[in-house]
Amino acid sequence: MGDLMGHDLTRQSASTLADAISQGEVSAEEVTKAHLERIAEVDPRVHAFLYVDSDDALAAAKGVDAKRARGDRLGALAGVPLALKDILTMKGVPTTCGSKILEGWRPPYDSHVVERLRTSDIVILGKTNMDEFAMGSSTEHSAYGPTRNPWDLERIPGGSGGGSSAAIAAFEAPLAIGTDTGGSIRQPAAVTGTVGVKPTYGGVSRYGLVALASSLDQAGPCARNVLDTALLHAAIAGHDPRDSTSINAAVPDVVGAALNGDVRGMRIGLVRELSGAGYQAGVEQRFREAVELLEGLGAEVIEVSCPHFEYALGAYYLILPSEASSNLARFDGMRYGLRAGDDGSHSVEEVMAITREAGFGPEVKRRIMLGTYALSSGYYDAYYGQAQKIRTLITRDFDAAFTQVDVLISPTAPTTAFKIGEKVDDPIAMYLNDVATIPVNLAGNAAMSLPIGLAPEDGLPVGLQIIAPPMTDDRLYRVGSAVESALVDKWGQLLIEEAPAL
Amino acid sequence: MSAITRADVEHLGRLARLNLTPEEIDNFAGQLDVILASVARISEVAAHDIPPTSHPIPVENVYREDVVRPGLLRADVAAGAPAWEDDRFRVPRILGEA
Repeated sequence: MGDLMGHDLTRQSASTLADAISQGEVSAEEVTKAHLERIAEVDPRVHAFLYVDSDDALAAAKGVDAKRARGDRLGALAGVPLALKDILTMKGVPTTCGSKILEGWRPPYDSHVVERLRTSDIVILGKTNMDEFAMGSSTEHSAYGPTRNPWDLERIPGGSGGGSSAAIAAFEAPLAIGTDTGGSIRQPAAVTGTVGVKPTYGGVSRYGLVALASSLDQAGPCARNVLDTALLHAAIAGHDPRDSTSINAAVPDVVGAALNGDVRGMRIGLVRELSGAGYQAGVEQRFREAVELLEGLGAEVIEVSCPHFEYALGAYYLILPSEASSNLARFDGMRYGLRAGDDGSHSVEEVMAITREAGFGPEVKRRIMLGTYALSSGYYDAYYGQAQKIRTLITRDFDAAFTQVDVLISPTAPTTAFKIGEKVDDPIAMYLNDVATIPVNLAGNAAMSLPIGLAPEDGLPVGLQIIAPPMTDDRLYRVGSAVESALVDKWGQLLIEEAPAL
Repeated sequence: MSAITRADVEHLGRLARLNLTPEEIDNFAGQLDVILASVARISEVAAHDIPPTSHPIPVENVYREDVVRPGLLRADVAAGAPAWEDDRFRVPRILGEA
C-alpha cells in the first residue's frame, strides 16, 4: 500500500483510500477535500453533478475521522467519497431526477441505498446528472443540460447514469451509484472506460428510488475497478422489508469473488444474437480479443443462441413506457414538486395537465403517451400483453443458455461514445444503444460492464458485458477480476489511466 | 398496426394529463408512429400459449408485523408541498365549470 503522501488522492482506488484512512495515513477530511477541489476544477466542463453537498460531505468525513480517533471499527469503505445518482432520495438534499418537475424538491426521507451508504460511513459528495427520470442513453434528456464524456468533452458519457459514470471517469469520485432499467449503469460504464454492475433484480432495495419501470429498475455500484465495485455492491445489497421485491436471501460473496478472479474451467457463452449488424468494427474487434483472452485464461467459450433477443427491444419499449406512464402519474403537482396554472380559475385536472406539460421534457412525454397507448383498451393485448409473453420467452432463452454455460458475454453497447446532438432527435437510434443490455433487465439477471480496450478507429473505450443467472452476482466479479488482472498485466495500468487530462 | 394521427395524440395527451402544444402534437404523431411501427415486430412471434411475465422474480404478497412505525414528519412534508394551507395540502377546485 505504502504512503499516500505526495500522491494525488483523487487518482487512488476506493480500497486504497479506505485502507489509508483506516491506517491513519490520510484523514477522511483530506480525501473529501481533494475530491471537492477536483469537482470545482473540472466539473464546470464535465457537468457530472447537479448538486454538490460540500458541507454535509465534509461533516461526514470529519465524523469518520472522529470515529477512527475513538478507536471505533471502520467499514471497508469508510471515508471514501461517492457520487449519487439524482434519482435516489436523500433527506433534505435536492432530488430532481433530471426533471424540472422536481426542481428544488428536498425529500423528507432517505432511500435504502442512502441509509446503507451512511451506515458504511461512505461520504456522499452530491447528486449526479441523468436523463430525465432515467429515460435515455446519453444524459442529453436531462432538463439541466448534458454531461460530457471525460474522454472527449464533445461526446456523451452514456445514460441515463452519465453523471455517475463521468464523475468516476473524471476522478471526481472513486465510487458512484447508478440505476439500471435497460442499461443505465452498464452502457455509461462501457463508454467511459469504467466498471458498472446491475445486480440481480431484487438484490438492492428500491425503497426511495424514484420509479421509472418498477419491474425493471435496479440500483447498483459503479467504480474504476472490479474490487471497488464489489465493495460498494456489498455495502448496498441485501434484504429490505420496505421493498416487496427485495430478495430475502444472503448476498452472494461478491468481494470474495473479486479477490479471486479465476475463469479456469468455467464455461462462457457468447450470445450469437448480440453481435453483427449495428455493432461498430472496433467494438467487435476488442470483444473478439476479450474472448481469446478468456480462452487463454482457461475458460471454455462456446456460442449460444438466444433466438428471442431480437424481440427484446420491442418488448422493452412497450413494457417500460407502460410502467412509466403509470408510475409518473404521481407527478401531478398536488403534494410535491412543480405546480403550474394554479390561478384560481383552473380546475385540479387542468392544473395537473398544465403542470405536467410545463414540468416534463419531450422524451418523458413521448414515453408516457406510448405507455398510455399500449395500455389503452383495444391495444392492450396486441402490445402490452404480447410484450409480456415475449418477456417470458426471453427468460426461457436465458434459462436454456445457463444450462450450458456459467455466464454469458457480449459487447455492452454496439458503439463507442457518440457525439452530443447526434441522436437526440431520433428516438429509435437512441433506443438501439441498449440493444445488448435490455434482455438482462427483462429477465432480472445480474450483469457487469468492464473496460476491454479502446476502439482502434476512434480511440474510445469499449465495454465487455458479463451476464450471470439471478443471485449469482459473484460470477460477474470472478470473471471480471480475471479479465481486469490480465489486461492490467498487459497494459501496466487500468484503461482509465489512459483518459486524457482534463 | 395503425398509424397515429394528430387526433390520437390529442386523445393520448388528455388521458395522460399533458396539455400539449400544437407543435408537440405534430412532432409526437410522427415519432410515436415510427416507434410503434418498430416495436410492432413483436407480433410476429406466435405466443398464444405462452404465459405473460409481469415480474422477473416470482412475487408473493408479504405481510409485516402489525406494529406502529414512524411516518414522515408533517413539517417535512409541508416543506415540499407546492401549496399548504391550514395544515393541509391546498389544491385547486376539483369540479369543472359545466
